[in-house]
Amino acid sequence: MIESLLSNEKAELTHNTKKGSPVVLSTRLRLARNVAGTPFPERATSAQRSDVLTKCAEQLAELGPMKRGSFFEISDLSDLEKQVLVERHLISRELCESNQGSGVFINKDQTCSVMINEEDHLRIQFLKSGFHLKNVWKQIDHFDSDLEDSLNVAYNSEFGYLTACPTNLGTGLRASVMMHLPGLVIAEQMEKVVRAVNQLGITVRGLFGEGSDATGHVFQISNQQTLGETETDIIERLGNVLKTVIDHEVNARFKCLEDIQAKLLDQIGRAYGVLRNAHVVSSNEAMNLLSLMRLAVDFEMLPESNRSDVDRFFIECQPGHIQHAAQVGIDPESRDVTRADKLREEFSTLPALDFDKVPDLS
Amino acid sequence: MAEKLKCSKCDKEATVHLTQIVNNKIIKVDLCESCAQAQGVTDPEGFSLADLLTKSNVSEQSSEPNLSCPDCGLDTADFRRTGRLGCSTCFEVFAPLLRPVLEDMHVGTVHKGKVPEVAISRQSANAELETLENALARAIVEEAYEEAAEYRDKIQVLKNQSVNLEFSQS
Repeated sequence: MIESLLSNEKAELTHNTKKGSPVVLSTRLRLARNVAGTPFPERATSAQRSDVLTKCAEQLAELGPMKRGSFFEISDLSDLEKQVLVERHLISRELCESNQGSGVFINKDQTCSVMINEEDHLRIQFLKSGFHLKNVWKQIDHFDSDLEDSLNVAYNSEFGYLTACPTNLGTGLRASVMMHLPGLVIAEQMEKVVRAVNQLGITVRGLFGEGSDATGHVFQISNQQTLGETETDIIERLGNVLKTVIDHEVNARFKCLEDIQAKLLDQIGRAYGVLRNAHVVSSNEAMNLLSLMRLAVDFEMLPESNRSDVDRFFIECQPGHIQHAAQVGIDPESRDVTRADKLREEFSTLPALDFDKVPDLS
Repeated sequence: MAEKLKCSKCDKEATVHLTQIVNNKIIKVDLCESCAQAQGVTDPEGFSLADLLTKSNVSEQSSEPNLSCPDCGLDTADFRRTGRLGCSTCFEVFAPLLRPVLEDMHVGTVHKGKVPEVAISRQSANAELETLENALARAIVEEAYEEAAEYRDKIQVLKNQSVNLEFSQS
């Protein structure tokens, strides 16, 4: 059912990654909304759930960004298709496990997805490659206002937008930025950074959110609090913290070049060799090798244009994507072979690493 | 020797003492070994004391009233167990229990962000319409026809307004 999404060569996270920056992969904002007068999904009857699903899907279809979009009922998707959508950050794991009466509306470029009957009736998400908190806020705010023209949202003046979990009350806004932080990890400063930002009400998670580990040195950093501040304040506060994190990451990379240049360049060189020659690569290994290639681009050892390929492989090398592309059910071992084949082919045209570009700081 | 601290989840001796600063407020929690494991506090990355406090057994205070939502049936025990609310009406019913939880969880306790103006004005118009229609029905039953005519005119005005509203949206 999801073939058209996968074959779209304008999909934001896989094909529009040209504007990617050295540290930030992508920006994602989500708004939690509920329909007034109906219990939240957890306590709604199945009749109420399907009523919300039908009505919301109808109204979403009317909105500009959703023209030519796709709507899926979760119960119609196979486990593999659900996994692919999770890997593309278009639906959550929680939605996959939900009962009858849940769905997702995804626009053509996959910059916008609306989950229906997840923890709240509606979870609106907008995403964009690169670091664009303000721009993405403008888009999601506009979309949300248009939706409110036809939908009675649950709201009260004290608690703001009403949500099932009090952690989302008020604005219902979770702003999240995907960051590539190899410098901080290699310099063993990540724990310190996590602790510091935690104290500022900012959360750090792995690539796939809660409970996932940070393979490929990729982290999601987001605001924890949603009530008592305006949306603009939340975004500004998060943005300022993230700018500091970026500075620390850049400094950590230079420090690595200063202290352990040979070791670091050795890791990058070996990753390059493995990606072009290996015949068995696990998903975890692929992420870590790709991370080093992204770092090589940032050090100008590879052309800028290769960064967007790396960002695409971060997603296309996930187990669900590999299996879906194979079109037949394959066991994890043959999956690792298929993944290695793909990487060898894709990287066969990669230019040689230019080690002279690296400043000698040692 | 100082009195031994008890775990805030069960009553065993607390051996894990956590402090986190949220919005310049210090939150402290004491836990025993097994509760600390169960809550996943050993993983500093995915853990927030604010989340833990919402789900903690504050309901053991016997003085807490047993509230219940007339719309979705959620009661105090459900709210304490899951930390979640069931519907819009829950926010009126459980507001007294919710407010202290929010203090530790968020920057403030009152919404300062976006207001859904259109949806609110439409909802209040709908509520007014319902009141007027009930009044009209009552007036007809009581054969107060002059009064009924007044209600009918008001209803017509409101309905025209909402038609305009819908028109302007499309």
